[in-house]
Amino acid sequence: MKQALEWQIATVKRIKPETAKVKTFTLALPDWTPHRAGQHYDIRLTAEDGYQAQRSYSIASEPERRGEVDLSIEKIDDGEVSPYMHDVLVEGDRIEVRGPIGGYFVWQATAREPLLLVAGGSGIVPLMAMVRHRAAARARVPTRLLYSSRTRDDVIYYDELETLRTRADGLEVFHTLTRGQPAGWTGYTRRIDSAMLTEVAKPLGKTAQVFICGPTLLVENAANGLVQLGLKPAQIRTERFGPTGA
Amino acid sequence: MSPPFISRGFSGKRRQADKANRVPPGQHVTNDFPVLSAGPTPRVALEQWTFSIEGLVRAPVKWTWQQFLQLPSQMFTVDISCVTKWTKLDTSWKGVSLDTLLAHVELDRKAMFLTAFSFDGYTTNLPITDVINGQAFVAYEYDGKPLAPEHGGPARLVVPHLYFWKSAKWVRGLRLMEKDKAGFWESAGYHIHGDPWKEERYS
Repeated sequence: MKQALEWQIATVKRIKPETAKVKTFTLALPDWTPHRAGQHYDIRLTAEDGYQAQRSYSIASEPERRGEVDLSIEKIDDGEVSPYMHDVLVEGDRIEVRGPIGGYFVWQATAREPLLLVAGGSGIVPLMAMVRHRAAARARVPTRLLYSSRTRDDVIYYDELETLRTRADGLEVFHTLTRGQPAGWTGYTRRIDSAMLTEVAKPLGKTAQVFICGPTLLVENAANGLVQLGLKPAQIRTERFGPTGA
Repeated sequence: MSPPFISRGFSGKRRQADKANRVPPGQHVTNDFPVLSAGPTPRVALEQWTFSIEGLVRAPVKWTWQQFLQLPSQMFTVDISCVTKWTKLDTSWKGVSLDTLLAHVELDRKAMFLTAFSFDGYTTNLPITDVINGQAFVAYEYDGKPLAPEHGGPARLVVPHLYFWKSAKWVRGLRLMEKDKAGFWESAGYHIHGDPWKEERYS
């Protein structure tokens, strides 16, 4: 993390809808540096009169994909930057960014410990970068993702996670849908609780490295639950998305 | 200097004129109180809680929770800014000024900096000139209630004029030092000083 971070002008290469509220923006960076899975970029918007707004967004893509980054962004209705990203920005537009940023909530595929990822809603984004990096690096460390969403339609990257899961390279994916489930659903159907954490985390053992990302309440409950299961706080890294920072 | 890049079609939300000059560059006002921590919230029992001042002082001091509550306290209403871009105006706290705490020790001539350290192993570094003369306090109440654990309770450091990662949650002491030693976030990509008015975010 020793380079000075400078703003650069990226070009929007592609915009892909993921769910009703989430779009992925692929940005081509003139000054791309390989990031670590879990890091983020800052976006800065400037109006004609000089008014500026800045927000941070986690990188969704793996560092193995050179020259560009994916940012998957949820639209917050009364937000300031996300509505601009969703409703105004088009492919070919340019946008000012700075990064990659973040030196703690990061995972590299050279790590040996089993990996537990716990996501709530759009908290999946930095964890997806870890999952994609793991796949690109052909790592085989036992990994389990527990992902909480409201309904099946709110699950971001559902098909890709299915594809990665069926590779049987040590990645397992557990979904819980808390508000409604499709017919024939065999996954969990409630908020993350101790029983669920025990079932998902236990096979990974006592040395698991844990990353939890999502709304504050989910993160608090999951982190506290895992500490009660016997994991040390130092094994658990958290990132909390508030309802702010839109 | 090249003209700033203008984002096509962006007009943004405008802040109220009277508040505009209270919001540092790159920040936006929130009415929420977001919780951000690197790991799980530590649980600290009041019977085990202590606060100490050590390092380059003639004699270190330590207070228990009961002793700490006996110290002269004040109400503070301050604006706070987090490096993750939110600013909260007019937050109200009750606590003990660092001037009051430091008056209980005799600083070594060489003591120019301090490291604040917390119950979960967290550290952050500050120049002494940034924490004296009413600029910092150890708070144990927020908004008229005991400080909640997610927000750093039983007590946290509050240094409102710097980015809020300097306001160490679950603080348990200050170590006076000769040199500025990068703490937890300062060693993980964040600025050694952290002045929001100069946007000292990253290293």
